[in-house]
Amino acid sequence: MKFQVSDTGIDASALSAELEDVRCGAMASFEGRVRDHNEGQEVLRLEYEVYRPLATAEGMNILNEARSRFDIADAVCAHREGVLEVGETAVIVLVVAAHRDAAFKACRFIIDEVKRRLPIWKKEHYADGQAHWVNCRIDDSAGAGTRSGSGP
Amino acid sequence: MKQVTVRLFAAFREAAGTETLECSTAAANVADLFRELCEQHLGLRPEAAALVAVNDEMADWHSPVADGDRVLFFPPVAGG
Repeated sequence: MKFQVSDTGIDASALSAELEDVRCGAMASFEGRVRDHNEGQEVLRLEYEVYRPLATAEGMNILNEARSRFDIADAVCAHREGVLEVGETAVIVLVVAAHRDAAFKACRFIIDEVKRRLPIWKKEHYADGQAHWVNCRIDDSAGAGTRSGSGP
Repeated sequence: MKQVTVRLFAAFREAAGTETLECSTAAANVADLFRELCEQHLGLRPEAAALVAVNDEMADWHSPVADGDRVLFFPPVAGG
């Protein structure tokens, strides 16, 4: 199990090679890439801020939870930080298991928890020169964000 | 009064105009501490999906504040 944060490009084939295991007939993967638009705006680049000490520890917690919930052999996840251009890989999840059902389910669980729990923030830079933290209303006086939760 | 160190991230840091604050507080828990900061710093305000950590462990909003704690306030996260 390995969770890593990287300020350079993610090498998916190197990560995949680490998961070679003849007992495993399935490898499921998810790769998140920077897309060129969000909510009607043209996106030029993204900027990821990561609090590494906790992101790494909580990322490992997520991978260990996946292994206890699903019948998988191993999993790795890598997440970028810093400035990413459109088309670059922002996150990758790889899971190996004897059978595909557990691999798919664990892969989905891991990416969902990564998005929900890790101290990682994403700032979108738009073609019109504006920039905005995703999911956060604090720099959006119009109050477009409507996420609910149990915050202060 | 307790002395705590507060660290702010991403949108919270930009709104407050600073990353680190040394605070004297009587706050019983981290939610009260955050409310105090919202009253002190123009632009910092409650976010329903915000998260909090104390001494590099994820915490909940009822977690107590102790003298010497390092409290991290995370605006809504957006990894992936």
